[in-house]
Amino acid sequence: MIRVQREDFDPGAELARLTAGNTAIGGICLFVGLVRDFMGEAAALGDEVRGMTLEHYPGMTERQLEAIEAEARRRWELEGTLVIHRHGRLEPGDRIVLVAAASAHREAAFQACHFLIDWLKTKAPFWKVEHTAAGDHWVEARASDETLAGRWEG
Amino acid sequence: MKVLYFAWLRSKVGIGEEEVAPPPEVSDLGALVAWLKTRSPGHAAALADMAVVRAAVNQDYAGLDHPVKAGDEVAFFPPVTGG
Repeated sequence: MIRVQREDFDPGAELARLTAGNTAIGGICLFVGLVRDFMGEAAALGDEVRGMTLEHYPGMTERQLEAIEAEARRRWELEGTLVIHRHGRLEPGDRIVLVAAASAHREAAFQACHFLIDWLKTKAPFWKVEHTAAGDHWVEARASDETLAGRWEG
Repeated sequence: MKVLYFAWLRSKVGIGEEEVAPPPEVSDLGALVAWLKTRSPGHAAALADMAVVRAAVNQDYAGLDHPVKAGDEVAFFPPVTGG
């Protein structure tokens, strides 16, 4: 299941919903991404981030997330998957994204969860504007994210 | 044909969405980009370096040789930064 929403989500409640009634599940791997309070690679080097606004492409976002989820379910034996991505204004510490994969066995859950977030980061049409003391700026895509996503190719 | 612009491309073009009717010889994304760039200095600036622009046709990623036709939804945007 995928959801694109402005509102926050409760990871515990989402996890409970994902596993409810399915006793074939032996493990769930769940990743939650948060808004950091600094730009760049390290807190000491970066400018303080006061918040960010996430823009997306309604329609294509859902379409791409569904394709990523379907690909995960094709590659691993999964009992359940969940992707939630927020948009709009977010503050440091806020949850941005949740991906979860449930499987009979932990290895599929770990790998599928990792795959979901790696592909989401390079394929789902979201863009971040960071709000700093020096002004607003669009976050640039990182080559390292492409490298991380690339390990799942082939 | 509907054309959408996101993130800094929208800022440069000055609008997020427009309805366009390019001439019939504009049959792929590359030709559409060349034609759009003639519409305003903002369009020309936004689409100046296609190495830093991604495109989608009907909500799927597409290369510059991808065909386009009347009724398509075309979008231009920077590399994505979600997650």
